[in-house]
Amino acid sequence: MNKRALFSLWTTLAVALAACGGATPAAPTQTSGDATTPQKGGALIVAYKDDLATLDPAIGYDWTNWPTIKLVFDGLLDYDTGTTLMPRLAEALPTVNADGTVYTFKLRPGVKFSNGREFTADDVVYTITRVLDPKTGSPGAGFFVGIKGAQALIDGTATAVEGIKALDANTVEFTLDAPDVTFLNKMALNFAFIVPKEEVEKAGENFGHAPVGTGPFVLKEWKSGEFLTFERNPNYFYEGLPYLDKITIQVGVAPDVALLRLEKGEIQMMGDPPPGADWARLTADPAWKDRIEKQPQVNTTYIAINTTMPPFDNVKVRQALNHAIDKQRIVQLLNGRATVANQILPPLMPGYDASYSGYEYNPDQAKALLTEAGFPDGFETSIECIAVDPQPKLCESFQQDLAKIGIKLNIFTLAAPNVIDDAGNGKTPLVWSGGLAWTQDYPDPDDFYSPILGCDSNVAGGWNWARYCNEALHQTSKELLTMTDRAARLEAYKPLFKALMDDAVWVPVINGEYDVAHSEKLHGQPTLIHPEHLFIYETMWMSP
Amino acid sequence: MDITQLDPQRQKVAGLSPQAAPTQPTPGEVGYFALTWRRLRRDRAAMFGAALVVLISLAALFAPLLAPHDPTEQFRDGLTPEGQPVPGALWTGNGGRFPLGTDANGRDLLSRIIYGARVSLLVGVLANLLAVTLGTLIGSVAAYFGDPLETLLMRFTDVMMAFPTLLLAMTLVAILKPSMWIIILVIGAVYWTWIARVVYGQVLALRDRDFITATRALGAGRLHILVRHILPQLIPTIIVWGTLGIATNVMLEASLSYLGIGVQPPTPSWGGMIQQGQSFYRSAPWLVLFPGLAIMLTVFAFNLLGDGLRDALDPTQRGRS
Amino acid sequence: MWTYLVRRLFQAIPVLLGISIITFVLIYYLPADPARMYAGPSATVDTVARIRHELGLDQPLWAQYTRYIKRLLQGDLGFSYRKQIAVTDLLLSRIPYTLALTFAGIFVELIIGLPVGIASAVARGQWADRAGMFIALLGVSAPPFWLGLLLLYWFGYVIPLFPLGGTGSVAHLVLPAITAGLGGAAWYARMMRSSALDILSTDYVRTARAKGLIANLVILRHVLPNALNPIITMAGLDIPWFIGGVVLVERVFDWPGVGRLAVEAIETVDVPLILGTVIFTAGMVVLSGILIDVAQGLVDPRIRYSQSK
Repeated sequence: MNKRALFSLWTTLAVALAACGGATPAAPTQTSGDATTPQKGGALIVAYKDDLATLDPAIGYDWTNWPTIKLVFDGLLDYDTGTTLMPRLAEALPTVNADGTVYTFKLRPGVKFSNGREFTADDVVYTITRVLDPKTGSPGAGFFVGIKGAQALIDGTATAVEGIKALDANTVEFTLDAPDVTFLNKMALNFAFIVPKEEVEKAGENFGHAPVGTGPFVLKEWKSGEFLTFERNPNYFYEGLPYLDKITIQVGVAPDVALLRLEKGEIQMMGDPPPGADWARLTADPAWKDRIEKQPQVNTTYIAINTTMPPFDNVKVRQALNHAIDKQRIVQLLNGRATVANQILPPLMPGYDASYSGYEYNPDQAKALLTEAGFPDGFETSIECIAVDPQPKLCESFQQDLAKIGIKLNIFTLAAPNVIDDAGNGKTPLVWSGGLAWTQDYPDPDDFYSPILGCDSNVAGGWNWARYCNEALHQTSKELLTMTDRAARLEAYKPLFKALMDDAVWVPVINGEYDVAHSEKLHGQPTLIHPEHLFIYETMWMSP
Repeated sequence: MDITQLDPQRQKVAGLSPQAAPTQPTPGEVGYFALTWRRLRRDRAAMFGAALVVLISLAALFAPLLAPHDPTEQFRDGLTPEGQPVPGALWTGNGGRFPLGTDANGRDLLSRIIYGARVSLLVGVLANLLAVTLGTLIGSVAAYFGDPLETLLMRFTDVMMAFPTLLLAMTLVAILKPSMWIIILVIGAVYWTWIARVVYGQVLALRDRDFITATRALGAGRLHILVRHILPQLIPTIIVWGTLGIATNVMLEASLSYLGIGVQPPTPSWGGMIQQGQSFYRSAPWLVLFPGLAIMLTVFAFNLLGDGLRDALDPTQRGRS
Repeated sequence: MWTYLVRRLFQAIPVLLGISIITFVLIYYLPADPARMYAGPSATVDTVARIRHELGLDQPLWAQYTRYIKRLLQGDLGFSYRKQIAVTDLLLSRIPYTLALTFAGIFVELIIGLPVGIASAVARGQWADRAGMFIALLGVSAPPFWLGLLLLYWFGYVIPLFPLGGTGSVAHLVLPAITAGLGGAAWYARMMRSSALDILSTDYVRTARAKGLIANLVILRHVLPNALNPIITMAGLDIPWFIGGVVLVERVFDWPGVGRLAVEAIETVDVPLILGTVIFTAGMVVLSGILIDVAQGLVDPRIRYSQSK
């Protein structure tokens, strides 16, 4: 190829790259394991413990569904390998008007649904309207009520949402009631993954089992309760992706058995972390060194304290609890697969205060605080835990910790729905959130305040298990949602969360870690686990 | 009247109950229980079983004296630095504070097994007793007294057998404080249906036998027949269910505790320890082996005793042919 | 006999109705919110309320019940909240697997239990009897999940004879059937031993054994119905047992049976699925009861399902 042709080739590429508006996933960076380049082809088999509910992006909402839904669908926005937003079905990040209430997206041309039809702005309007429509019963409706006219649709006084407009075939405009800096994060949620109207109407309530989207894979077969198979979408708009030809997801497999299948070579990845009982063996075995990927989760597991129930309405008692819990022991009981948490936000969440040290483990200090609060001889109280291993074992550790400072803790192990109901209705003084821990919806500190500690969520049936409402903090949080200077805003969250910790609304105990055991042939690009999507299947590849 | 009813030898030939033979004292007559007790005492296997039952019960009673450690204390050195349970002195051969090892929380397994006998024995034996009593009663009354009682009772049994127990457990937790007695009641109230069905079938086969008709013709009341002639025939069934059922009930207790009724952590129970230890089948098999052995031993003891009882109660069943 | 059958089928209706009412009431008063379980943690209380309304869960108990029964009579068991499929389709897809495990499991129970029981009885007091009791004890005390894991480890992984759970061939059925059947075999063994001891002790049998083979067969014909009575009942009871009681076996072997479905339904408060699985189980209880009674009547002609006395 002569120099001139080479030059024009490079310029074309450069222009194309610029038009894409960001880093394309095809560029290799560090990989897990060896640094060879991704290869196309290969079939992946993953085994999960829980069954998959649905592939309907408006409805599917748990850690098993989310990464799988991303196989078949795309949203306007997505995240890069970390927490930075990137355009996906949109051509570029949207333009925002001066006061932050109007977002205009230009859509990527030439994207096709797997039924052949080209994707247009009308699809975006349809998708978000569908999420808001009460008849869909979408759990995510609450994220989009800030759009102008959304409430009217929900109340039934309108048939369309005023604030979502298709300006032309490739442009969509969103108008909000008030500025919301987290709006783009919400547009990157699964709920905003684009669905084609004609397929939804054709399939009706079966759309979740016969999904049609723009994603890297297409659903080929679903044997309910057993497995799902996906095959590569040959017309996928991202060049070069996905790498894998086929993905089979087995469901309902107990992790103990999934590990055996992995060891035997029948599957290449476990969807759930390996059981604690096998952890010591795996980590001691050199053959497994490159076969376990560890990623901290953006979550905090905590003891929620019902701040309205005596004696926990006394801040000193709550602080005593914080000093009394031996968090290192919990980490040990979890085979080291967690880190001690000293504040509400997890370390990976923007706005985390690395300089904050929290309450250190000090039973004597705890006892002193109890005496100050008027309980020199302690008292009797109770905690609820879900009955799934290892949660009861952790609650038993708390029991021993509190016994040391004179508090008799009764443990009630219940089924998860019972715990959620009791905690949501303020019926129990303490709740251990293990197994139900709050994990981020999107990487914004507000996600760790409004839904679980804000005044709006302090209602019966809400997830504000601390039953906490501080009007001053609530006002502050509302103002922070309108700040456009990202850096200043993140700094401003630090005093808010410090105030919450001073008020000791929780005992934050650990930040979780997600461990994935996989075959040595499976690689991620750069990793298998993604902080937002849990698994990022489209960049996984198999070496021969 | 058939001649077979007069000749004891011919009665046996016709497959009739040997207990109608007038040579032995029948239940209710003086000397029956004394004779039974004497026969039982001479049965070495049964006595061994009885001694074992007494031993296990005493161990449960005097647990604080026998257990080397506090069963609820989670020791620092009860776990390896990676959080794994520690194998026991008996397992590894080298000494150590924990004869049988520790559990996933670092608590001494032997102490937990000894204390666990309290819950497991009580629940296993009492819940089973309740279930067997209720089941035998309902099954035999339904079969013997016929319609309309029969249909009523047996359809009720169907409803109770199909009853969604898990759902009941989840609903009960809101109303009741969890305790051992609640779980004994719940297990007994659920488990009796199986026994009722088996007893029903057997009594149905018995009620139309000629010897029953004969006794009726002789003027005996229905209740009298039920208690004195039919119930003793059910003893072998009752013994089987009464002994094997203990193991089933111990496991049932564990699964219901996990839903919130019954004993809550950290109270040890054999079923609960087994449930928590199942994942460790490769790395710490002692977690399931030792509580499992405890259950086996208990059932074994009751089994020997039960077999002995059944032989003693019906002397022609000695079976040494 | 046919009038009896019709009568029994007729009696099934109040039983099923009763179960459906009980289950409905339990779900209604359950301290758990199906709408919240559906919506997940991040849904606002308003969204949960809307979902509750869409699912019809905010209506009074009797209204929900009558709506459910009306649909049931049309063959519509509802739409599973969690699995997002029609409950009828879901049940139909699982029933063949449950039936396969049931019959394979009962087969294992009988093939181990009956011979062990008879051998124990014949060799009463000797080592075979002790061995039989030992096997029975092991079977009863071994927790199924743990046993399943062990079997999978040794015979699926270390010595790869069998697949590591899942479905697809007869080989997949072997280990689950053994795990489920081993526990139950103990019961058959002990009951068979009991019954066999009864038979063996009668002078009748002793005389006949002296007389020879033909006499033995004659005895068998007279005496076997007695011995089989509890065995038949137990085998019949195994049918509903294998539907609801082998969840742990289904879990460890990844066997898509109805039992697992029922437990998952309760864990996620999936109301239509809970109702569907409970009604299905109730139906099988009733059916197995009828089967047992009919079988008893056929095997032992002395049993007369009559009229009041």
